[in-house]
Amino acid sequence: MTFRAAILGFAALSAAATMAVASDDPIKTRKAMMKSVGDSMKVVVPMVKGEVDYDAMKAEQAIRVIQDVATNVVNYFPAGSETGGETEAAPKIWEDMAGFKASAASLEADAGAAATAAAGGLDAFRAAFGKMAGNCKACHEDYRIKKN
Amino acid sequence: MRRYLIAIIGLAAVAGAAFWLLTEPSLLPPPDVPEKAPDLANGEYMFFAGGCASCHAAPGAKGEAKLRLTGGLEMKTHFGTFNVPNISPDREAGIGGWTNADFVAAMTRGVSPDGRHYYPAFPYTSYQRMTAADLIDLKGFIDSLPPVATAVADHDLRFPFSIRRGLGLWKLVYLDGMEFTPDPALNAEQNRGAYLATGPGHCIECHSPRDPFGGLDRGRAFAGGPAAEGDGWVPNLTPDPTGLADWSAREIASSLKDGFLPDFDSFGGAMVAVQENTARLTDADRAAIAAFLKSLRPIANAPAPKPAASDGG
Ligand code: HEC
Ligand code: HEC
Ligand code: HEC
Repeated sequence: MTFRAAILGFAALSAAATMAVASDDPIKTRKAMMKSVGDSMKVVVPMVKGEVDYDAMKAEQAIRVIQDVATNVVNYFPAGSETGGETEAAPKIWEDMAGFKASAASLEADAGAAATAAAGGLDAFRAAFGKMAGNCKACHEDYRIKKN
Repeated sequence: MRRYLIAIIGLAAVAGAAFWLLTEPSLLPPPDVPEKAPDLANGEYMFFAGGCASCHAAPGAKGEAKLRLTGGLEMKTHFGTFNVPNISPDREAGIGGWTNADFVAAMTRGVSPDGRHYYPAFPYTSYQRMTAADLIDLKGFIDSLPPVATAVADHDLRFPFSIRRGLGLWKLVYLDGMEFTPDPALNAEQNRGAYLATGPGHCIECHSPRDPFGGLDRGRAFAGGPAAEGDGWVPNLTPDPTGLADWSAREIASSLKDGFLPDFDSFGGAMVAVQENTARLTDADRAAIAAFLKSLRPIANAPAPKPAASDGG
């Protein structure tokens, strides 16, 4: 149990480190944070699809990274970072910051639920994960514009 | 001077008459519409394959509400704003009184029952490829949905785009009224994918560059291009390194099912609504679309690199 806690703590720490390191450039930071979300998905999706064995601890750890990003990423869209740095953030973020934050809060809550469900076995996790994964396209539909 | 004037007036008259003739809504022969009872299950399938609800349901509708075809979505383009009409089976506000022939003519010729041209914001340039049987089934399914009495305002377009008659010229160039014909160079699976991607699924409409007149650049079909709105980019789907060369057919099919890219980014923008529809297709049809995209000629097309950041940022 302590080993497990240590690993989770480490994962959170490294996510926090990513945030701190690049924080002088909000665009780079938020892109790196989103990239780490994609990396976490890479760990979890094959388990959910049954392509690799389910590992509750790995799953929880990956989802906690997503949860941390959801908590913090909204701080990296300050005024003045609307353009530049190959950002794909949509202007709508700054027109509707409340809606954007609500979308991040929804991911945060659903990621929290999925992380908790991880210990309950693959079936419980799969349902909670599916709900969480719906948040990605819901936010990208309104708040991101693909540029390449 | 006078002769010159007469010549000009004469020319204008000839041009005007030519314009009038060439813009006749009925230039293409009327489509063949066989007698047949609609297969409602296939009609429902075509309804989702065709993404009708993405434009014709109330904006933001989810779940069952997507089957109420009230219209009302505003499509903002640089020609002005299109207000998508009500196509529920309501007799007054919708298309309740239409015959199969009316419906097939709208979908494949872009003309209304009273002989007006439709704007290609209604993607009939793709729907014209659908088989008459699929269209009759689709009409049968739409007729089985709830009628809604909401009336939708007219489009708000800039002159000269507000003149529907002018569309006749555009359609002469961009509409051929040809039903899909299988390509003998492709196998049955790839041809099924071609039917879905160039016909009901209208993937070709968003994922192809357009010429200055808003027509599809068919020579570079599926090579992606600037999005119709804003400064976004619609990705290249041909198997070129600037397109989907790195994606396996399985990865393409899987993205159409669950909305995640191979690097576990998710679809965004307009592709989210499309994926909600492709998620309802069969695995075989998603695999067919993927096999077709993989069979395309690779075309290099990527957004022009941004000018190097200057000192001012
Ligand atoms: C609250 C809104 C929001 C949510 C929820 C969200 N994203 Fe994002 N995502 C964005 C925005 C905005 C960008 C573009 C950032 C930029 O370019 O400045 C982005 C970019 C990305 C990128 C591209 C990063 C890069 O390399 O540039 C990936 C990958 C990604 N998101 C994955 C995900 C996944 C997976 C989920 C769900 C678990 C998710 N996102 C949920 C808003 C969101
Ligand atoms: C990209 C958005 C879009 C999609 C997708 C779309 N339509 Fe439409 N549709 C329109 C627009 C815009 C018009 C109005 C055209 C005009 O007024 O010239 C229209 C008009 C129509 C009309 C004529 C209605 C009338 O009152 O005259 C019919 C019928 C119709 N669509 C059926 C369909 C069906 C069936 C589908 C799915 C297979 C579909 N549409 C998908 C945008 C769309
Ligand atoms: C209404 C316009 C529209 C239609 C119709 C459409 N797409 Fe897309 N598609 C997009 C946009 C915009 C993106 C970029 C998504 C994003 O912002 O994340 C995209 C992205 C994609 C991607 C990801 C490519 C990449 O390199 O990231 C694939 C694959 C794709 N579409 C396939 C299809 C297929 C297959 C169809 C037909 C069934 C289709 N699309 C129909 C607009 C459209």
